[in-house]
Amino acid sequence: MSLAKRIIPCLDVDNGRVVKGVQFVNIRDAGNPVEVAKRYDEQGADEITFLDITATAHDRNTTVHMVEEVASQVFIPLTVGGGIRTVEDIRTMLNAGADKVAINSAAIFNPGFVQEACDAFGSQCIVVAIDAKKVSPEGEANQWEIFTHGGRKETGIDAIEWAKKMESLGAGEILLTSMDRDGTKSGFDLELTRAISDSTQIPVIASGGVGELDHLCEGILEGHAEAVLAASIFHFGQHTVQEAKQAMQAKGIEVRL
Amino acid sequence: MDQKLVAVIDYGMGNLRSVAKAAEHVAPNNTRIIVTHDPKVIESADAIIFPGQGAAKACMNALQETGMIHPIQHAVQEKPFLGICMGLQVLMSHSDENSGTPCLDIISGNVKHFELEKAFPELKVPHMGWNQIHQTQEHALWHNIPQDSRFYFVHSYYVQPKKETFIAATTTHGTSFPSALSHKNLFAIQAHPEKSAEHGLQLFQNFLQWNG
Repeated sequence: MSLAKRIIPCLDVDNGRVVKGVQFVNIRDAGNPVEVAKRYDEQGADEITFLDITATAHDRNTTVHMVEEVASQVFIPLTVGGGIRTVEDIRTMLNAGADKVAINSAAIFNPGFVQEACDAFGSQCIVVAIDAKKVSPEGEANQWEIFTHGGRKETGIDAIEWAKKMESLGAGEILLTSMDRDGTKSGFDLELTRAISDSTQIPVIASGGVGELDHLCEGILEGHAEAVLAASIFHFGQHTVQEAKQAMQAKGIEVRL
Repeated sequence: MDQKLVAVIDYGMGNLRSVAKAAEHVAPNNTRIIVTHDPKVIESADAIIFPGQGAAKACMNALQETGMIHPIQHAVQEKPFLGICMGLQVLMSHSDENSGTPCLDIISGNVKHFELEKAFPELKVPHMGWNQIHQTQEHALWHNIPQDSRFYFVHSYYVQPKKETFIAATTTHGTSFPSALSHKNLFAIQAHPEKSAEHGLQLFQNFLQWNG
């Protein structure tokens, strides 16, 4: 009897619509975020994360309405990330019904923002998203650095030190994405995940690289993650969240079924 | 049928919208859910939901600034009252959070931090995610909620009431802690029923039908 490890489907949204294609059997409009969120809820998703890739302020308004609509019909935790830069951005998302916001680049440009956000809203709703890439040559001691702009720009910041710093500023959770693995379907960077998880006391969500159910189990068992995030294996009907949980339970991982 | 008014107390913090939406989702036709910081509405309401998020000191300050302390103290004596998360913790006498914060002292006891690092280095704080609620007493609010159902939690502190008879449920995160308290017309839960899918909605439904 203890805390269950979490499975979190992640959806990209643009102008209030789910993009990147989500295909469920018997859903006519796969881009409707409410339908998609409901379906994942029915499958037993423990949380849902929306990544807002919207560029303009007008489109962001649409995203806010989307969050409102989802939150009035889906009663599990919702996280919204992407473009969260000010305390006002956070307030808007929380008021719309988000439970947590993920702060990414704004934390790098101004680490004080994380503290400001935690002071204003509490650590429980502040997730810091870390995009990390391995920078150490093969055969040498592992080292990862923070990258921005979808993994294109390096910052020179050590990923482990950064995670510890974010924890000390009050972050309640870390969403850790391996930019080396993202989109590869070759599994999480387990060494990275374990390194960050073991050096912080706050929960770490592993992200980037899931291509099969075993990868999710590895993230928990070998990466020491508290939660695992995935997109494409759920979106295209390859697996349901329920199947993922059954696979995890078969490996002795405690899940909510 | 008589109209029933349920007030969700607004003191400028926390995810009130989620709580109100979840309650509305299961409310009978004759029940109105209102988010309010008007003492008169709280006074006239038939039942009270007191949600909470954030830190103890900020919560107490916000209650003070919005003039909510007296209406809460009054309501908790006389009508069905549901405290959620920080809305449970600030009912206690004192919280260790923010280097010590005096709270509402409606229930005698303290709020302690999870100290798990030494005994359970693999366990994370905040206690965040779905954990089991073990019902330790029968209660109208547990109706149709199976024993040991999972609810969604997010917290780093937990309550320790002086009277064990107040404990309505326990949950284990390294240590076993009280995850729900009940006393007469008061019921308060550490988890977030508004984020706990079907069991959470059932709890709201039970509360809306409860006469305290």
